[in-house]
Amino acid sequence: MRSQSGGGTPPPPNRKLFLTTAAYHRPSRWTPFWFLAPALAIKAAVVVVPAAQTIWLSLQDYLLYEPDAATFVGLGNFRAILRDEVFWISLGHSAVWIIGVVGLQFLLGLVAALLLNQSFWWRGAARALVVVPWALPSVIIGLMWTWMYDFNVGVLNDMLVRIGIIDAPIAWLARPDLALAAIMAALIWQGFPFFAITILAGLQTIPSELYEAAEIDGANRRQMLWHITLPSIADVIATALLLRTIWVANSLDVILVMTGGGPGYATHTLPLYAFVRAYNSMEFGYAAALALVLTLLLLTVVWLYVRRASRDLDR
Amino acid sequence: MKDRRSATRRFFEVELPVLAILAFALAPYVWMVLTSIKPQAELSLWPVRYLPENATLDHYRELISRTTFAGNLLNSLIIATGAAALGLGVSIPAAYAFSRFRFRARRMLMTGFLVINMFPIVLLIIPLFILMKNLGLLDTFLGVILGHSTFAIPFAIWMLTSYFNAIPKDLDEAAMIDGASRQEAIRLIVLPLVMPGVVTAGIYIFITSWNEYLFAMMLSGQAVRTVTVALQLFIGEFTIQWGLLTAGGTLIALPVTILFLLVQRRLVSGLTAGAVKS
Repeated sequence: MRSQSGGGTPPPPNRKLFLTTAAYHRPSRWTPFWFLAPALAIKAAVVVVPAAQTIWLSLQDYLLYEPDAATFVGLGNFRAILRDEVFWISLGHSAVWIIGVVGLQFLLGLVAALLLNQSFWWRGAARALVVVPWALPSVIIGLMWTWMYDFNVGVLNDMLVRIGIIDAPIAWLARPDLALAAIMAALIWQGFPFFAITILAGLQTIPSELYEAAEIDGANRRQMLWHITLPSIADVIATALLLRTIWVANSLDVILVMTGGGPGYATHTLPLYAFVRAYNSMEFGYAAALALVLTLLLLTVVWLYVRRASRDLDR
Repeated sequence: MKDRRSATRRFFEVELPVLAILAFALAPYVWMVLTSIKPQAELSLWPVRYLPENATLDHYRELISRTTFAGNLLNSLIIATGAAALGLGVSIPAAYAFSRFRFRARRMLMTGFLVINMFPIVLLIIPLFILMKNLGLLDTFLGVILGHSTFAIPFAIWMLTSYFNAIPKDLDEAAMIDGASRQEAIRLIVLPLVMPGVVTAGIYIFITSWNEYLFAMMLSGQAVRTVTVALQLFIGEFTIQWGLLTAGGTLIALPVTILFLLVQRRLVSGLTAGAVKS
């Protein structure tokens, strides 16, 4: 076997046979595309074409129950969005949602990762179990937390009353001032393990010599954290933050399960509002325009993430 | 880094905080399971009783015998298995192409697959609903399977590509020089070696599909309704029957938890590969 035969090759003993097989196997320009065709076809059918249709839909006044009466309104939907009070409310909630959820997921995940990187005998089990929330379906997460927040017999009210933090049970999901924060807590719980395992993987790539050298120089733990650990994982953190921002900005199913956007508009975020307009009022044109606005707002974050993720693709 | 702290200090500085984080991570899950085995009478006690006095499986029995839940479980199983099969069927060749060929559009297509998943689902769900309706695929297994496998394909391709990359190109080239066709080289040499990756990617697609809610809700009616959609409808139907709901939640959550813990290590290294440079 000639393992180096990929590039410039020494003349093989049986030159004729080699040439025929090599010619037979030399990939034509199109060979890779045959392998890619199924994936490209399914992606085109389920993602690219619908995305293009959304753009087309957003320019129309399209109601699902009377598709034939759809009229072309140009940028009319977008102009309506700018005057739509609920859009601005939802946009504000989305900002709070993204900053609050991603920020706290990150802080909690960072602390968890730093702890799980220490050595103790049951570390393996702890690392495996901490990821469990992240594997659960959003419907179950919504269900678990709605049950814990229950006004009459919820365990959260029970514990807070027992400890003495509150005097009487609170209707967490029914109070406009608390509902959004209550759902955010559920999402922070679900997503912090992602940060924990990503950051942990980053921590494991830091060479221990760095710490040993710092120790010899007399650095204390806090100095090592600030001057070695955090700079070493800055890159990992940046990528994880971008990725989570995209996911969290798009996620609406936990909200849908827990409050459906209510009470009033208290838990409306941008994707949820688009979904409600499409699903409840069947206004597909307007909903498509809302979804496009969300996509445009996220585009910078997506671009930054993709640039990082594809940095060393050509190796 | 050598840990020079005493055992007691380590317990208070490391183990105790880790225990607290684990308690936070697992408490809602444990609470769901505990609720599901409490008899109805114990569920309406105030102050709340934490551990069940007379543990029972009544809620599970009622859920299976009196609701459509068993059928929904089967639907979810069919859809998740179908999505995994279809997803792998298209991801494996694509990953092979990305790993073994260098062509002009390679970089663009690889990032393209990634970008495509960053679109909000809301953006796609509206025209997809119209498309599936026109094709007669609403409320069919194929419709939901198509959607679910599509969402998982990009990650599966990226993960499988790194598995393919880990196998020296020389290996299959040598086989082809020895007279094997490309298909034979893939089937006999490459595929057996990437099997661990294929299994991990398959389980990943299965879990994503099993967990998915929004898409299944839009595209399935009564015929192929999945467990997540069914459970959400139960929440509306039996508002106060938390025993039934948590029993259903436990039945949905247990299989994914077990599958996830099984492939966790490999899945996590695949998922974090994009963020961490080795």
